[in-house]
Amino acid sequence: MSLTKTFLSATAALALTAGSALADGPAIIYDLGGKFDKSFNESAFGGATRWAEEAGEEFAEFEITSDAQREQAIRRFAEAGNNPIVMAGFSWATPLSEAAGDYPDTKFVIIDMVVDAPNVRSVVFNEHEGSYLVGMLAAEASETDVVSFVGGMDIPLIRKFACGYAQGVLAVNPDATVISNMTGTTPAAWNDPVKGSELTLSQIGQGSDVVFAAAGGTGIGVLGTAADEGILSIGVDANQNYLYPGQVLTSMLKRVDNAVYEAFAAGADVEVGFNVMGVANEGVGYALDEFNAELITAEMQAMVDEAAAAITSGELMVHDYMSDETCPVLEF
Amino acid sequence: MDGMPKWADVVLVPVISLLLAAIISVIVFMAIGQNPWEAIKLMAYGAVGTSDFLGYTLFYATNFIFTGLCVAVAFHASLFNIGGEGQVLLGGLGAAIVCIFIPWPHWTLALVAGSAAAALFGALWVVIPAYLQARRGSHIVITTIMFNFMASGLLIFMLAGPLKPAGTMQVATGIFPEATHLPSLHDLAGVFGLDLFGRSPVNISIFLALAACVGVWALIWHTRLGFEIRALGRSESAAKYAGISAVNITMIALLISGGLAGMMAVNNTMGINSPQLVDNAAGGAGFIGIAVALMGRNHPVGIVIAALLFGALYQGGAELSAATSVQVQIVVVIQALVIMFTGALDEMVRSPIRKIFLRMDRSSAAGE
Repeated sequence: MSLTKTFLSATAALALTAGSALADGPAIIYDLGGKFDKSFNESAFGGATRWAEEAGEEFAEFEITSDAQREQAIRRFAEAGNNPIVMAGFSWATPLSEAAGDYPDTKFVIIDMVVDAPNVRSVVFNEHEGSYLVGMLAAEASETDVVSFVGGMDIPLIRKFACGYAQGVLAVNPDATVISNMTGTTPAAWNDPVKGSELTLSQIGQGSDVVFAAAGGTGIGVLGTAADEGILSIGVDANQNYLYPGQVLTSMLKRVDNAVYEAFAAGADVEVGFNVMGVANEGVGYALDEFNAELITAEMQAMVDEAAAAITSGELMVHDYMSDETCPVLEF
Repeated sequence: MDGMPKWADVVLVPVISLLLAAIISVIVFMAIGQNPWEAIKLMAYGAVGTSDFLGYTLFYATNFIFTGLCVAVAFHASLFNIGGEGQVLLGGLGAAIVCIFIPWPHWTLALVAGSAAAALFGALWVVIPAYLQARRGSHIVITTIMFNFMASGLLIFMLAGPLKPAGTMQVATGIFPEATHLPSLHDLAGVFGLDLFGRSPVNISIFLALAACVGVWALIWHTRLGFEIRALGRSESAAKYAGISAVNITMIALLISGGLAGMMAVNNTMGINSPQLVDNAAGGAGFIGIAVALMGRNHPVGIVIAALLFGALYQGGAELSAATSVQVQIVVVIQALVIMFTGALDEMVRSPIRKIFLRMDRSSAAGE
């Protein structure tokens, strides 16, 4: 009797959890890398979780398993009444342009791409500004005057990182050499730590003593090899300083989590239109914590903060590779 | 000889396999603290609960019909073509090239040309494995699966290079020209004043899939070529003795198989709401086709039914993970269980049942 009762109440409780995520709160859809990719998607998940903990509310989420599900996921949440619906990744642009018009009362937020529709907020990051700042730090920390960059897949977005980085390096030390390598031209380049490691070794062979990785999962191999070989590295997107304490110079922060958090916090009233997350509004920046405190001297910090202030005030313009697909200081 | 009546072969074995998969799924759901009954209800609702969901189920089923037929045709010749995945990608390349570079005046012409190109590219992709199998005896399983990787590499090269519109970052072609967009079933229903299938991408290529089923049925059971394919499949030495060229029939069967897989691309490139070719366009359909063919006993009718089931499972699973906190990985586990029991472990269920029927036969014979 009591066993049956326990079983029944347990069933009822489970039935409740099954339905809870159906609420009309915000929703987030992750890109193909999956929710726990230690990078972009996980950062978005982190922002959503932070909002949920602070607000004490829940959000709906979905991990797509194929491209066919993109438009389906958008429509599914829109029809269930979720608002706003956030999606992380440039591949969402096509399906969102297709679907957004059918749900004029729902707000959509796309990160890393621009979709021009009256109910869409497009969040893009000034990665070149953040990369400029870490480039300055790299030039200061370098003793060989040779620093390097390892990109993931060779796409305009990653060249934007590389170009900003090179500009930062040369601003501090005009005689420095910047070596730039891309891991590959296919999506596999995002998750190839072995090749990342090889590229780093090759760059060390050419004299580099600071390496910046903007390469997703490949970056783990870059940072690991740099630590093994005793040179400094720079992480990306999330704060990766903790991975090799004292050996990661800093991380170029791209606050995808903030973009998600802000959208969730604004709820259905989220502002639509074009939203740039740059140095000015703390969308990008460099990481300073107990793991790299000894590496960043007070002078270095003062110099970078000054540059950040100059970027904020518009005094300093960092060239954006994606504005004209050229880089004045780096050959690809 | 077999001892098993037709109905047991066609109905009983798949049903028992599904039940076994369902039992283990229930255990999985209970282990993660999810009410199995609620979960199964949600999956069923997600698959057929609304006109929109049904549309998605049919869209995925269309894919699986093509890949199921692809595997089945090769199976009839005793060949195991597991390169459907790569052949679909190449088919997509064919369809994309035809749609992007030729200005079609109307979608009907684009459909004909796109299907032909998709089938041609899919078939061409299997030429080398087929030749190696027919002439050199290189195992088709090994060669076709290797060709899947090459297809993926080739497609990414094309999509990251020659076919990529300038200034985009996604590894995909641009949207195909308006005139090549295939009408969706929603549009077709609209002609008759009906509002069906929401904005789901199910489109007229489902009729192409059904036509392909009829074509395969006619080919395998009502033509000389089909007879030769089946004869080769049952006994190569007997077929050779009867004057059938094993080399020719192996080549032809595999080319047809590849062509059918390639035609799936019509559905998932030209048929979708924003027609384009993306880098992982096949999305595993090539492999699900194996389970579909096994479960459908290599017969077009069985394949349609199995494809509908897998379409429902795929779509229902997506709804389950969207509507609850069930991880998408659990959904993949459930889908894999069904594939495993109906496909890979088919014989595990079949042979005990066969034994039971044999024993019943024998005891009734002894009783007389």
